[in-house]
Amino acid sequence: MSITNNRLSKEQYAENFSDIHPTFETADAALVEANRCLFCYDAPCMKSCPTGIDVPKFIKQITTENIKGSAHTIFTSNIMGAGCSKVCPVEKLCEGACVYNFMEEEPISIAKLQRYSTEKAMAANWQLFKRKNSTGKKVAIVGAGPAGLSCAHVLSREGIDVTIFEKESKGGGLMTYGIAAYKVTPQFCEDEVNYILGIGGIEIKYNQELGKDFSLTELKKNFDAVYLAIGVGVARRLDIPGEKLEGVIDAIQFIYEIRANGYSTVPVGDKVAVIGMGMTAIDAATQAKRLGAKEVTLVYRRTEAEKPCTDVELDIARLDGCEIIWLAAPVKIKGAEGKVKQLVCSVMKLGEPDASGRRSPVDTGETFALNVDMVIKAAGQVPFEKLVKKYRLENKNGKISLKDKAATNIKGVFAGGDAVNGGKEVVDAVQAGKDGAASILSYLRIKN
Amino acid sequence: MASLESNFLGIKSPNPFWLASAPPTDKKINVLRAFEAGWGGVVWKTLGSQVKNVSSRYSAVNFGGHKMMGFNNIELISDRPLDLNLKEIKECLKLFPDRAMIVSLMADNDKKSWHELIKKVQDTGAHGLELNFGCPHGMTERGMGAAVGQDPEIACMVVEWVMEAATIPVITKLTPNVHSVVPTGRSVVKAGTNALSLINTIQSVTGIDLDTLVPNPYVAGKSVFGGYCGPAVKPIALKMLTTIAQDDVTNKVPISGIGGVSTWKDALEFMLLGASNVQVCTAAMNHGFRIVEDMCEGLNNWMDEKGFKTLSDFIGKSVEKITHWEDLDINYHHIAKINQDKCIHCGLCYIACEDASHQSINLEYGKPYNNYTVKDEECVGCNLCKLVCPVNDCITMEEHRVAPEYINWIEWQKRGLPLNDH
Repeated sequence: MSITNNRLSKEQYAENFSDIHPTFETADAALVEANRCLFCYDAPCMKSCPTGIDVPKFIKQITTENIKGSAHTIFTSNIMGAGCSKVCPVEKLCEGACVYNFMEEEPISIAKLQRYSTEKAMAANWQLFKRKNSTGKKVAIVGAGPAGLSCAHVLSREGIDVTIFEKESKGGGLMTYGIAAYKVTPQFCEDEVNYILGIGGIEIKYNQELGKDFSLTELKKNFDAVYLAIGVGVARRLDIPGEKLEGVIDAIQFIYEIRANGYSTVPVGDKVAVIGMGMTAIDAATQAKRLGAKEVTLVYRRTEAEKPCTDVELDIARLDGCEIIWLAAPVKIKGAEGKVKQLVCSVMKLGEPDASGRRSPVDTGETFALNVDMVIKAAGQVPFEKLVKKYRLENKNGKISLKDKAATNIKGVFAGGDAVNGGKEVVDAVQAGKDGAASILSYLRIKN
Repeated sequence: MASLESNFLGIKSPNPFWLASAPPTDKKINVLRAFEAGWGGVVWKTLGSQVKNVSSRYSAVNFGGHKMMGFNNIELISDRPLDLNLKEIKECLKLFPDRAMIVSLMADNDKKSWHELIKKVQDTGAHGLELNFGCPHGMTERGMGAAVGQDPEIACMVVEWVMEAATIPVITKLTPNVHSVVPTGRSVVKAGTNALSLINTIQSVTGIDLDTLVPNPYVAGKSVFGGYCGPAVKPIALKMLTTIAQDDVTNKVPISGIGGVSTWKDALEFMLLGASNVQVCTAAMNHGFRIVEDMCEGLNNWMDEKGFKTLSDFIGKSVEKITHWEDLDINYHHIAKINQDKCIHCGLCYIACEDASHQSINLEYGKPYNNYTVKDEECVGCNLCKLVCPVNDCITMEEHRVAPEYINWIEWQKRGLPLNDH
């Protein structure tokens, strides 16, 4: 057993990481689906979208062949509507709420229709928003992820000059670095950032990290307001023996490498265990398999009923051939010569409901061991606690606390996205960015 | 098992489904295919005057993703040599002696032309003649087609010429491009026609190409009004049919119903409003002749379920149910009821009622599902909510009479009962 890269041919990599969410290939196909939409009033799909996209309206606009209008409807609520149509867990948001579910009918393929309109808009570079004349106000945004970009776009529309400071060399945040490449390809992420920047008035300074290359104090001095959209950091520690062994890796780091360095460069084990059952765990497990790992096993301490990922996600993992072990909690990673050899797990059973309302896992005392050479940790991510405390931002375990929807305890400093909520969907971050922009505009006394 | 056998003026056919005079009946190959598929009869595409057709000829109205909700054409009567048509009619009659063969005619506007044409057609052994007084384009400019049907006196004159020569039953086909079909109907019945058929197509513009700005159908950068037909015209056809079925002069002759018949249900509706049989064109042009199979089976099953043995058991049964507005019972009242178990929370009933009717539906906001209930005291019983509801039988109308006795508008006024009181 060994951890090696370059396991597959170029063609195999290309096939394994091609887009799993293609849109409709023909206008006819999109029309058939769009025409199924009932055009609900005060629609449940719309109310289930964190950004409140007027779904019936954009679908109706596809049926009238007003694709430009359809894209405008989507982007008005969600400037990352193209990306969200690929990464949103729609089965628990808009499509899960579709009234067709009550009729035992397939819900409308909202995401696929959203891809149809937004991809056309991006391909033709329809710039659907006009930036107002400059107000002369300047806002700094830290982080070019979904929250930062969404905030920047709203502010720029209102004539604010925005500067984004991004620690990576590309924009898009977790969209670009933290999600499986077969859901959003690197090229798509780059195109999406460029499309958003097309409005003008937004400058991104790459490779600029808060606390290293510049300070919050400098930003406060040089800008009229600051928006912190710094996201979350590494995966939560397991706090079990063997966590430092060679072959134990953070899921976010693993996905980052796949996204940043190219598929063939990323080493993966023969037998891989992935700890966790959230979206990131699935993305890590499926991509480990797609990089050529022979066996991938997802280990989760509760049962399928309590899993945080959606059924659709779990199906992707199963179809990719990942094994799943429910009711198993890691207790120890055994190694030899400093390298991972075994993951030892406790067999759990479900006890009383915990704070989340889900039945909590209880140790039965029994254990079992998996022979593995790589362990990927995906049991949630932790916030940038040190950084947040350094700047005396009020917080809860490193998650920035807000007054109203976006203001921090420091005057003129606002925050949103994963840095505040600890890590949610892209679509939640986009909404946070809109809320942040609204708070900033009101702080700057600019009506939008 | 019920009998679908039809007897129209003594012309027998195994079922009441005839193909209307149109492209599907313009030559032997189509007609034989239609008979093989099971059609009861055909009205051979109009023979008569010399013509020349253009390209293109058809256009359609699509709706909600469905093609051909409405259809129009600018084609003229048969553009094949008369002798060839007559020869083929004879051949078809020989191969399928049990099917009805009617020949549509439109001669030049003089007695001699009509007499000559009728004689030639009768020589084929055809069972009946249908006079095309309805074609709304191309022929009208030459004083034929709708130009005849739109003028009761001219129509009367032509029918009189026809009846002098006709030895087989004559059906006069009426144009809908008039404010009422009754005057021409009465006129031709008085002139001796043996039957009526309606409707022919309605003058129309189906749409415009938004790139070229030329309306459809396109002919070298121009278009003309075309004859509209298909499912979209059915309600208009049914209304016109009813006026003929209710008129004391026109209801003395059998009627062949035409206009958007696509299914056995459509056919039944025409027959319930007084048509002895129906003629079909657009549905066959859309889907081919095979549609007749379900038309026969569906009609048969319905008749069996309702206990009707023959077509004449139910033809015309709904005619008396269409009355005058002032005869309607003002004390009848019904109220919408939303079945909460069936409701899918789409809100379509609410927004229709709120924006366009009587604000009679209560909205209780929920996330993400709102609940909708009817405000009984506000509901006027208009049906709109039920019509827009996508779930079958989710919204039903429950009878809540205002008072037990029947009272109509005239009596209401006489008694000085309250008006404008909603």
